[in-house]
Amino acid sequence: MSLLSSWSPALRGLITLVVLGLSSLCGAVPTAGELNLYTTREPALIDPLLKAFGERTGVKVNTVFLKDGLAERVASEGRRSPADVLMAVDFGNLTDLVDKGVTQSIKSPVLEQTIAAPLRDAGGHWFALSLRARTLYVARELDAKAVTYDELADAKWKGKVCIRSGQHPYNTALIAHMIAKQGEARAEQWLRGLKANLAQKPGGGDRDVARDILGGICDIGLANSYYLGLMRSGAGGPDQQKWGEGIHALLPVFAGGGTHVNVSGAAVAKYAPNKANAIKLLEFLVSDEAQAIYAEANYEYPVNGKARLNPIIAALGALTVDEVPLAEISKHRKAASLLVDKVGFDL
Amino acid sequence: MRGAVYARLTTASIGWWLASLLPACLVLLPVLSLVGYALEGSGELWPHLRAYVLPQALSQTLGLLVGVGCLVIVLGTGSAWLVTAYQFPGRRLLSWALLLPLAVPSYIVAYVYLDILHPIGPLQTGLRELLGYSSPREFRLPDIRSLGGCILLLGLVLYPYVYLPARALFLMQAAGVLDAARTLGAGPGRSFFHIALPLVRPAVAVGASLALMEAINDIGAAELLGVRTLTVSVYATWVNRSSLPGAAQIALFMLVLVVSLMVLERWVRRHRQYAASARQSRHLTAHPVRGAGWLLVAAAWLLVGLGFVLPATHLLLSSVERISAMGVDASLLDKTVNTLLFAAIATLIAAVIAFVLAYSLRLARANPAMGLLVRIAGLGYAIPGTVLAIGLLGPLGWFDDWLDNRSQALLGVSAGLALSGTGAALVYAYVARFLAIGAGSLEAGFHKIPLSLDDAARSLGRGELARARLIHWPLSRPALTAAMLLIFVDCMKELPATLLLRPLNVDTLATHLYGEASRGSYESGAIAALLIVLAGVLPIILLSRYGSGAQAQPG
Repeated sequence: MSLLSSWSPALRGLITLVVLGLSSLCGAVPTAGELNLYTTREPALIDPLLKAFGERTGVKVNTVFLKDGLAERVASEGRRSPADVLMAVDFGNLTDLVDKGVTQSIKSPVLEQTIAAPLRDAGGHWFALSLRARTLYVARELDAKAVTYDELADAKWKGKVCIRSGQHPYNTALIAHMIAKQGEARAEQWLRGLKANLAQKPGGGDRDVARDILGGICDIGLANSYYLGLMRSGAGGPDQQKWGEGIHALLPVFAGGGTHVNVSGAAVAKYAPNKANAIKLLEFLVSDEAQAIYAEANYEYPVNGKARLNPIIAALGALTVDEVPLAEISKHRKAASLLVDKVGFDL
Repeated sequence: MRGAVYARLTTASIGWWLASLLPACLVLLPVLSLVGYALEGSGELWPHLRAYVLPQALSQTLGLLVGVGCLVIVLGTGSAWLVTAYQFPGRRLLSWALLLPLAVPSYIVAYVYLDILHPIGPLQTGLRELLGYSSPREFRLPDIRSLGGCILLLGLVLYPYVYLPARALFLMQAAGVLDAARTLGAGPGRSFFHIALPLVRPAVAVGASLALMEAINDIGAAELLGVRTLTVSVYATWVNRSSLPGAAQIALFMLVLVVSLMVLERWVRRHRQYAASARQSRHLTAHPVRGAGWLLVAAAWLLVGLGFVLPATHLLLSSVERISAMGVDASLLDKTVNTLLFAAIATLIAAVIAFVLAYSLRLARANPAMGLLVRIAGLGYAIPGTVLAIGLLGPLGWFDDWLDNRSQALLGVSAGLALSGTGAALVYAYVARFLAIGAGSLEAGFHKIPLSLDDAARSLGRGELARARLIHWPLSRPALTAAMLLIFVDCMKELPATLLLRPLNVDTLATHLYGEASRGSYESGAIAALLIVLAGVLPIILLSRYGSGAQAQPG
């Protein structure tokens, strides 16, 4: 005791904290009427959906939000894993979950009827829940009407393009899409052209494209559609509203094709202890009610054709999703990532 | 006679050996599991890496390390010297204010400065108005998104890693020698460069290597500022190419680099003895600041301003904006408690283990095998947070599986996920990652305790535990407290391992901030960021009070 009292108040504070809080360390144990969700989706985006699900069904949803390593964590937990639903952004991550063997195939007429076949795994392992398009942000002074992804490599944009890291999954997916459409050699040529047009080294996030256009650093850049909603609605604060309103946004297409979209989606975990609730959640998430939340709160494109778009997103015009299936694009992800290195895109 | 003493020492120390072996093994586990992952890969990626990735990533990483290293050594040692060797108004306030940037995570400082310095941010907008330009297209300053910008920002928040141990050593050790030098007519410049600096070299080396580990493992600031380090390559390989073996190979390559640097640094100062005699532990006579010295005082305050006041004020203003619009998220209280709790538990455990390690090393009188164990226990800091966490997943899963099977067989009760389903995994990760801070600081601290004290106590019949309690524990308290502060603040800021390993429904301030920032609700994130900073300031204030108490009663 004398040893303790001779210690700094900092240490005594620490010990008190530890003693007081040890009990709260014990993790949640799943019970009936619960559901455990592992997700790489931002909590603020799924909270309204989970709340609505809880109100509707009485099922309590426990969550853990991860960034990378979802598959690795579930795999290491093995057959004792409490995970029921695995939710991820980017279709590459969804296919990774299947490849690592942490998902199970489920049958659900509701999911199969609501979600178009190219937007779900043929074997029933994963299902897309929402879509976002890779859109073009353009300076207001510029009168760009229709620009294709291909044209971004055109020399007329020299020194005028902003984009985040080529290694970010949003961009590798787009490059993989380019490979799927035109082959690796032409995709490389395109990427080199795009690199030559960059106004600055790739970096930051999608919203920075809008901010940098406003700051006169560049005139044009690629960013996801929902950021437009987040910025223009003012949900991210007044500054971002200014960024969002300071630019034009339009939906580019591949030459002779449609727009590149990515998805958020979910799978039922291989050893889900609450499998019935897991399927219930997935079915709820594609219901009209939940899809309206995706559209309204997240500014995403719903997978359920009946749900209405948020007006900010609707103002982009009709979305024509390119016809190459996501599963096909996913196969070229690694090649796309290697290509980014090869052309020194981020350097 | 001498031989007998040594024989007794060796037998009695077996317990201490074992006590050091355990933490070393626990830290080695994730590393071994990474080796396992790496061996699964074929190495097919290496021609690609050699051609297109490693040359650039290596040069960026080395550039970052050299830049940040020079900056933190100059800023940390210089400011520590200023507040210990000189007397000026506000010295006490400055001496703890210099610690404040510790509380600001590097990804937050990067984000804040991007905001402030952006062409449409407050600084450049004001500048344009002043100069009469209407659009950033007519006039803007160079972009901060660069290697240089990254070095500068990391230097601003990482210099306290050097400042803290350097100041402790200046306070405790340099007095006698420096006063002698001054009596002999050495000017302030000469005593600093020829006497003070060589004396604090071990502490500066420990502090700088901690700062460099932070820099090499940084992913948030690098990503924001467009710097492609090796750590960024590890991520790309793992996440985009779905190649965990490839990522593990690069991570191990990094580990080899870091370890080589550490070995090199130790080799360079292998023959130096730094222990002072007990009698010299009195305080430096501080001289009044004159003339150009005031410029240094102003520069030190500028450091506090740039590393803490400016980012904290920016966060405060953003928070106020947010709170007035939407109120405060009630769950933030829970998250603050979680953050403090996990950090506190991990800090206590790490401190105890660090003490055991440093003391065992001392008992073994720098025995190379024991030295190796301590070095291994410090390896965790050299591995990026996510990579360490990934490496931990395997062993944790295996242990949980084993425990559950045993428990089912013996008691008929399931143990569930004993480690990975509770906060234990997170605490393990924190301790494994930040143990190096405690072990390094304590080892440097123990250097100041003369070995003759140990020998005297032993000849008086005091056993090992009694010696630890009566001599090493009290005398190393300043070093231990400083180490605990660093560990605590680091745990609180830790993001990638927390994201991967936390149990269901557990959020910390850092994960909350990450969630908000990745969605772009900057102002909501600002509140969490501010709370991280505030929660970090609290232990700093406590430490400074404790530190000044120790100053009053030297020896």
